[in-house]
Amino acid sequence: MAPGTTAGHSTHTAQVNKQSRARRSPLASLGLHATLIGASLIAVFPIAWVVLSSFKPKQWVQSSELTLVKEPTLGNYEYVLFETNFPTWMLNSVIIALCTMAIGILMSATTGYALSRFNFPGRRKLMMVFLVTQMFPVAVLIVPIYKIMATLGLINTHASLVIAYLTIAVPFCSWMLKGYFDSIPTSLDEAASIDGCGPFQTFWRVIMPLARPGIAVTAFYTFLTAWGEVAYASAFIQTDDRFTLAYGMQQFVPQFNAQWEYLTAAAVLVTVPAGLVFLYAQRHLVSGLTAGGTKG
Amino acid sequence: MSTDTATPARTSPPPRETRRPSRLRRSWDKHWYAWVMVAPVVLVLGVLIFYPLGRGILLSFTNLTEANQLAEICSKSITGTEVCKPNPNAWEVVGVDNYVNILTGKVGEFWQQFGVTLLWTVTCVVFHYGLGLGLAVLLNRPMRGRGIYRVLLILPWAVPAFVSAFAWRFMFNEQFGLINSLFESVGLDRVEWFADWKTALLTAIIANIWLGVPFMMVTLLGGMQTIPGEQYEAAEIDGATPWQRFVNITLPGLRSVSMTVLLLGFIWTFNMFPIIFLVTGGEPAGQTEILVTGAFRSAFEGIRNYSLSSTYGVLILSILLVFSVFYRRALRKQGEVW
Repeated sequence: MAPGTTAGHSTHTAQVNKQSRARRSPLASLGLHATLIGASLIAVFPIAWVVLSSFKPKQWVQSSELTLVKEPTLGNYEYVLFETNFPTWMLNSVIIALCTMAIGILMSATTGYALSRFNFPGRRKLMMVFLVTQMFPVAVLIVPIYKIMATLGLINTHASLVIAYLTIAVPFCSWMLKGYFDSIPTSLDEAASIDGCGPFQTFWRVIMPLARPGIAVTAFYTFLTAWGEVAYASAFIQTDDRFTLAYGMQQFVPQFNAQWEYLTAAAVLVTVPAGLVFLYAQRHLVSGLTAGGTKG
Repeated sequence: MSTDTATPARTSPPPRETRRPSRLRRSWDKHWYAWVMVAPVVLVLGVLIFYPLGRGILLSFTNLTEANQLAEICSKSITGTEVCKPNPNAWEVVGVDNYVNILTGKVGEFWQQFGVTLLWTVTCVVFHYGLGLGLAVLLNRPMRGRGIYRVLLILPWAVPAFVSAFAWRFMFNEQFGLINSLFESVGLDRVEWFADWKTALLTAIIANIWLGVPFMMVTLLGGMQTIPGEQYEAAEIDGATPWQRFVNITLPGLRSVSMTVLLLGFIWTFNMFPIIFLVTGGEPAGQTEILVTGAFRSAFEGIRNYSLSSTYGVLILSILLVFSVFYRRALRKQGEVW
């Protein structure tokens, strides 16, 4: 959605709602806030519970007695951070997520731009293909992709995961960005071409800077895809020093008797970076996603 | 929304096939930059999705497994030269046997898993959409603390899916899980969540609803903000009640966003692997398995049965393709261009 139109609409909405706000009775106001507080509690609670549990020693994590925090300790975090390969896994995850993000943005931005601006033969088919790729169950693609990676000699490398994550993220991101580019007036492209810019220059110098909110959403999406993926990571990576966080965390789940106290601490450590990226990007989420969602 | 104004290219139809020998060349001259821009994506998707898909379709007509994949068995002889003999149990083409076996229930539990998948998908999507829409409506009005509510309500989305799955499994733990402890403290009986398929599926559905509502909420909220405020003003002057405004302005205004997210939500939930796999793990006795996890289990546990997993994959993909074709056709009948 173009910045100008957004602003226009939201001021209108605000005006209308200001009127209705003035008329909202205290009872309605109470109901509204009560509902939202209730919903927020439900949304936050499971996360809060895992965070609380991560500070408890083992006997209180695995106790049926209800305690918020009893004998709080940092022992679980200490174990996870210093007695395991957790820092290495964190580094692997960061490298993989950042590579996926950088390559993913570049690929989906050019594709989204081409889909939005040029009516080239194959355009509609490509759009269909993007929808169809959403239907592929990961569980079924893993074996053939594993074989391809083995043929290319990429098993147990970061590259194999980056490539695999691109196949998940890029179709959806191209789709989203196409919608976003659609909302940037084409008169800008025309002006640029009159000024002597080729299609690539127009894309890079004019459109990319304007599309920053859309790009932010795409970046966030690719980052989180790479950060939280487990299936490919467990199939392609074989040695302890190459694990990603998501897969490394499974180390605390042996066949029987999961080590819940370490799991909770690891879960918090895995979630914090992802959550920060998320909260940073979430301002742009509404505009970015809607632009992608409105038109196929 | 200004989206439809933006593609002038769309109005001129693509060059139809002509008999001129130079048409490829001319097409290339005209569109090469577009093709260059999409080439990397096409390449990656082609190699990593369509090539495997093609192979998968072919594999589904064979009986290839990890055990019979070699065409020849080679052994070193005493002189050091390799002697190869054809593998007597090598894989072979078996036609549609895999499909027959799966669809008649001889292998796996296809129909049971299909039923669970439908129940799971429809329940989750209905709640995702309903709750997402409700919360979006509430958030789409000015009030104190709106920004805080929004961030808090989005939080579940910020958590990687497998961490959420783990958190819910932790809370539903039968011995020391929070939920059973809460039940006990208010005088209710503990529930053996994973002993019965209904309660087990319920745990997974609750976890997935919790996980999926923020996406719907945010998307619908964004959609609502593109509905021109004049429409509400006009309706208010005409004396429309809030409910009438919701039904006659908000819902139609959200139509195209809704249709897209409902289709995507359906597809994503249908294929939602980590939640079922990690929360119920198919307990009890595989009765809460959905098609995707069922396929994974029947294909990867024990000897890797590549042909079987391919057959499952083709079946899952076909179901979703048929569904989306009908979905889109239904939309088109109602005049939706999408």
